[in-house]
Amino acid sequence: MKILSRLYISLILFFLYAPVAVMIIFSFNSARSVWRFAGFSLDWYTGLFSDTAMLTALQHTLIIAVLSAIISTVLGTAAAVGIMALRKKITKSIVMTTTNIPMMNADIVTGISLMLLFIFFGKIIGARESLGFVTVLIAHITFNLPYVILSVIPKLKQTDSHLPEAALDLGCTPLQAFFKVVLPSISTGIATGFIMAFTLSLDDFVISYFTCGHYQTLPIVIFNMTKKSVTPDAYALSTIIFVVVFVLLIFYNMLQNKGESKNNKKFKEV
Amino acid sequence: MKNKTSFGSRIIAAPYIVWSAIFIIVPLLIMIYFALTDQNGVFTIANIAQIGKYKKAFGISILYAAIATVITLLLAYPMAYFMTKIKISSQRMILLIVMLPMWMNFLIRTYSWITILANTGLINTFLGKLGIAPLRLINTPGAVILGMVYDFIPYMILPIYSVMSKLDKSLLEAAEDLGSNSFSKFRRVILPLTRSGIISGITMVFVPSVSTFYISQKLGGNKTMLIGDAIEYLYNLGPSYYNVASALSLILMLMILICLAIMNKFSGDDEDGGVIL
Repeated sequence: MKILSRLYISLILFFLYAPVAVMIIFSFNSARSVWRFAGFSLDWYTGLFSDTAMLTALQHTLIIAVLSAIISTVLGTAAAVGIMALRKKITKSIVMTTTNIPMMNADIVTGISLMLLFIFFGKIIGARESLGFVTVLIAHITFNLPYVILSVIPKLKQTDSHLPEAALDLGCTPLQAFFKVVLPSISTGIATGFIMAFTLSLDDFVISYFTCGHYQTLPIVIFNMTKKSVTPDAYALSTIIFVVVFVLLIFYNMLQNKGESKNNKKFKEV
Repeated sequence: MKNKTSFGSRIIAAPYIVWSAIFIIVPLLIMIYFALTDQNGVFTIANIAQIGKYKKAFGISILYAAIATVITLLLAYPMAYFMTKIKISSQRMILLIVMLPMWMNFLIRTYSWITILANTGLINTFLGKLGIAPLRLINTPGAVILGMVYDFIPYMILPIYSVMSKLDKSLLEAAEDLGSNSFSKFRRVILPLTRSGIISGITMVFVPSVSTFYISQKLGGNKTMLIGDAIEYLYNLGPSYYNVASALSLILMLMILICLAIMNKFSGDDEDGGVIL
């Protein structure tokens, strides 16, 4: 059984990583091809630093990801707290259903509908260019919000509602009660929401495709590239991103394991 | 005092409610308006009637997405099950390894499959060395379905694993004590208790599969036109085609809703299936 489960897990991981391995290998190709491996070289990595189109796109992607993650985390956390305080069941269920729409809807539908809205607004205010930085940012915040809200709400439900009341009785202002009592107990949910928002934004292609105009993010540039021919520098950039994320995840995992063993120790001592 | 505070916290949902009205509800209303009018804003059902022209694209999209979803489920379920059987620290590591590809650009990952599947690609080169004639792998329906399975399988593994790892082991022991064999233990205990994970997994794989336009363009050649391809094509033709594109998007949206409703009905979902990750 143990051997079988190991074997199966390895097979699935092999399936998941076969294209990733291909990508990494061909990023070191000395030829300008992602088909035939001619020899080892680092040219695509060094060339990357002078590829302004790719670097600008990377910069756009990071700006949008950071801004949309921050804004949607703040807006979404406030929304989650507010939604939990809604007293009418009907209002609550309408708000929650609306929240679910961007998650259930196909990205292409969300993208098209937002594009129509922006074009419509653009016409009203007479803008020369309806799509750009602002619209892609709005789109990203919109599809990030549900994920933030749905990671904060379960934490709010777990929080004892008597605690903030006790804080109020002990002389806290409502604002203090929120920051000193509620916020610490939902912080893991907020962190999860932020990370999810950041990741989703970084990876989004479909919705950006319909809403970005000339403000091209990395996935858009890569898409345009795959329409013609992909050169190994796209692979080189993806390999760098892969390694960075991989190292961060291992680091995160180690921290978590360490924290856990520390907690266990504390528990034993007590 | 209490009333005052709870009003205070209710009001902070207001910015979000306004936001979701403007950027979720209004865009859908505009889409419906575009779908039901012509370029001059006159009411027409001509756009909706175009569905006849795209019948085949709709049919193929649903068929491919359904096949891909079933294959993904069959691959992911044992994966999630086996993952819960190993050491807890290795479980966490494998979970990260499963999630890691999600942080990478899916366009590049899909594109890599061309290098593997092409007529002169890695698989066929390997087969050639063994003296086997090259297979036609790229630009086939199989390649499109493979791309869907590959791109979305983490979304199936994660929710199933998350329910499976919370499964109460004592229930399985109780089933054994009461004389269940492995099959009935699976069918009567494990399967019903992991249903919510299966349902959110199916949703998270089916919806992006049925609406994709990248995978089919890269791995299916020009022969397979999915509904996503049709919408993207019309969008690129320019503003005068937005009406038809809106109509197709609207139909796609309704179709997905119907598919999900049917699935929820068949699964007899009586608990909260809204498990995300």
